[in-house]
Amino acid sequence: MKKELDVIYLTTDFLIIGGGAAGCYAALTLSRESGYSALIAEKAHIKRSGCLAAGVNAINAYIVPGRTPEDYAAYAKKDAEGIVREDLLLTMAQGVNQTVAQLEAWGLVILKDEQGRYVTRGDRNIKINGENIKPILAAAVAQEKQITVLNQVNILNYIVKDNRVYGAYGIGVEDYAFYVISAKTVLCATGGAAGLYKPNNPGFSRHKMWYSPFNTGAGLAMGIRAGAEMTTLEMRFVALRCKDTIAPTGTIAQGVGAKQINALGEIYEQKYGLTTSQRMYGTTRENQEGRGPCYLQTKGLTPEQDNELKKAYLNMAPSQTLKWLESGKNPSEQNVEIEGTEPYITGGHTASGYWVSTDRETTVRGLFAAGDAAGGCPQKYVSGAFAEGEIAARAAKNQMDSLSGCNPTSLPESLAVARQKQALEAILNREPPLFRTEDLEEAMQQIMDTYAGGISASYRFTVSQLDAAAEKIGQLEILSHDLQARDMRELVFVCELKERLTLCASLIAHLRARRETRWPGFAENSDYPQKDDAWLKYVNSKQINGRLAVFCRDLVPQGERYEHQDR
Amino acid sequence: MSIKIDKERCLGCRQCLSVCPGSLIQPDENNKALIRYPECCWGCASCVKECAVGAISFYLGADIGGRGSRLTVQSAGPLIHWHIEKADGSRQTITVNRQDANQY
Repeated sequence: MKKELDVIYLTTDFLIIGGGAAGCYAALTLSRESGYSALIAEKAHIKRSGCLAAGVNAINAYIVPGRTPEDYAAYAKKDAEGIVREDLLLTMAQGVNQTVAQLEAWGLVILKDEQGRYVTRGDRNIKINGENIKPILAAAVAQEKQITVLNQVNILNYIVKDNRVYGAYGIGVEDYAFYVISAKTVLCATGGAAGLYKPNNPGFSRHKMWYSPFNTGAGLAMGIRAGAEMTTLEMRFVALRCKDTIAPTGTIAQGVGAKQINALGEIYEQKYGLTTSQRMYGTTRENQEGRGPCYLQTKGLTPEQDNELKKAYLNMAPSQTLKWLESGKNPSEQNVEIEGTEPYITGGHTASGYWVSTDRETTVRGLFAAGDAAGGCPQKYVSGAFAEGEIAARAAKNQMDSLSGCNPTSLPESLAVARQKQALEAILNREPPLFRTEDLEEAMQQIMDTYAGGISASYRFTVSQLDAAAEKIGQLEILSHDLQARDMRELVFVCELKERLTLCASLIAHLRARRETRWPGFAENSDYPQKDDAWLKYVNSKQINGRLAVFCRDLVPQGERYEHQDR
Repeated sequence: MSIKIDKERCLGCRQCLSVCPGSLIQPDENNKALIRYPECCWGCASCVKECAVGAISFYLGADIGGRGSRLTVQSAGPLIHWHIEKADGSRQTITVNRQDANQY
């Protein structure tokens, strides 16, 4: 029997794609500060979706006493070797403390000293119990009558006409439904992308990765297709993580002050520099030069520290605690082995994502971006995602205020709807092709790993290798046209693979365009192995008439706001 | 990294289906929870925490050093009891209070 999709038409003022930190906070801001309706479309369930499903251990972007938002922006700029948008960093940093206070009011537990002051971890962090940070946000959202949440709905494409967004198309993850959602303004608050590269553990535990494997680059891919400008995709994020479990290391490194050591017991972290990419680079180099494996030196911790570490990891990455218990050796008895992950695209950590104005509007009118999907503003983490959600929601409100009277909500042409729907139904109804979705996913990850600087290449590549990667990814895109899905969950898998392939093509083009090596732990261009300050500029890209154009933009000067002049 | 579902204990309440960030759990022919894509599990333990009857446990894959231990969760108000049962049958519990912030 032919499988068909029921078409469901919905209308809202502010469509929010992705119910994570940025999306939920944006919805809550809009509902608190205006009478507009918001609709959150979430591919899973906002109670436990996205990066924060298991929890988080610290607020990593916080302006501690004695520091200023300007200090934070300067730190992030230095860490990113200058390729940042200072307007975005500063406005984000100005907002973080207020959002954290709001989260505390909703029930987030934050560690305090006897005087009731937050206990800081280093210069920019505070310690929390964030195991239930998503349930806290979901509960706050549920209180607001203006916010509708559509769980298990996967958004696939924007509705765009003359470079203005009018809503988005989506599908049910379980239900045979095709959604046509009309909106006055839209926020892309999706995650970035994991799963482009062959992961640390490509077998049974292929999804035991640090970044959420369910962040498939959807938001970025639909922006690329819609002709939105992207920035700095070539600044990939490679994370230094606990071996096997790929659990975060900051709780050990910053929490108990454990140093990075090589197999000879030498502390090596000072040798390579202390930026995020240099720390990563050091570990790669130590391994390449025969001094691996590398560890965080936890031997000699106290039993009390052992216990607190186990609890802390249960609140964020329970597999690491299970690993300690199962091995029968506490961190105090055995150093924690560390390794680099496969590269991810994530605007919460690096500067990759949508090219936005200071107000977080993308180059598509009415389309905003916040959190991991928004570029130019690295080291935003959870609180920065909240702050960006707030900035975007306020800007969307202002835009809707100025549009009042001439309601721009309009349904897409019925022909366009039918075309989208039929393309999806074709995937559900065709005969199984030779290759399955997972076969092409494995092939994509293998190509990216080998030719575009994955783990096995020690994050290195040459221009010739990138050209080979581009050609091979292009072949996979052709093969992906024939993929088949037996049900809606599989249809989502097919769409996710296509999103990843779209993003891979853009990523390769960005890596190829930057003819220098600026962040050696994240990517090393063997043809241009040095940092070259002629490249103190942004590498941006956008699809024009179906072809990807890659170009440079000058750095936005400190102290200037940025409005789109040429979109 | 994945989960095991104890079909005897599962009540078919579907809470785990709803909460899985990857939508990897589906109902089986008896309306009990089935992990349809075990190798796609992230290990976030959301379903383990959501299950009111302790029917879901999680374990580390052999490829990342798993030795057969299982972790289950029992929530009691602000307390989360994490029960670990090793392959040899020995048990251990770590209790975390949601009201206590991490020390590190």
